Amino acid sequence: MVYLTRKCEFSASHYYHNPEFTAEENQRIFGKCANLNGHGHNYTLEVTVKGEVNPKTGFVVDLKELKEILNREVIEALDHRHLNKEVPEFFQQIPTTENLAIAIWNRLQGKLRVAQLHRVRVYELPDLFVDFYGEP
Amino acid sequence: MKAHLTRRYIFSASHRLHSDELSEAENLATYGKCNNPYGHGHNYALEVTVSGQVNPQTGMVCDLVQLDDAVQREVLERFDHENLNVRQEFAAAVPTTENLSEVIFNILKQSFTAAHLERVRLEETMMNSFEYSG
Repeated sequence: MVYLTRKCEFSASHYYHNPEFTAEENQRIFGKCANLNGHGHNYTLEVTVKGEVNPKTGFVVDLKELKEILNREVIEALDHRHLNKEVPEFFQQIPTTENLAIAIWNRLQGKLRVAQLHRVRVYELPDLFVDFYGEP
Repeated sequence: MKAHLTRRYIFSASHRLHSDELSEAENLATYGKCNNPYGHGHNYALEVTVSGQVNPQTGMVCDLVQLDDAVQREVLERFDHENLNVRQEFAAAVPTTENLSEVIFNILKQSFTAAHLERVRLEETMMNSFEYSG
């Protein structure tokens, strides 16, 4: 079993707001992320897939195909978008880095023909990232 | 859904690797330039990974401010700009980054309980890092 990681970047805006909370609760729980005018990040996404190395090609996965899937399923949907307003997963859900990692996993799951999705890592900042392994 | 969240922090400290149980020659052979008598220092990068169910109301594993506060209070204020050898945590242990990882893990295990502490990863330099998961 070999693990392969592909990295890409996207930039998006968001804010954190739960309509079930009062204005004071939103402010206390989400701090400056609760500003309804939103703010943005340069996100770095690392997608790790795993599989046996194909003896004919020496590949775990066709990198060109992986790149195309990442572009189609993730980057085109998220890059230079407002997550709360333009990405359906976040119409009802708060676009935290945790939920973003889960949403990206769900977008990629089942899309790979040969390798298996192992981990989605999303950096919101160089000093803050979330890993999702598809665990319930 | 269970997610892992990692936060990265920086602190600077000095140390000297030296064991009283070894002879002078053995210390030098074991620790090399890290055994130089007056010590030396590093900018350590600490990565703290916690895990848990993503709270459906907040979308978060835990409150990041609480994690930052705990690391600031319990780890950074304790070790930043300090000499590790004179700290009580290393009264009976050599302040290698292996031992420092274990000390930090155990401190955080006690002081931060809002999510499960998965791992502490400590970079001593850009070229070497250590992980401790309990």
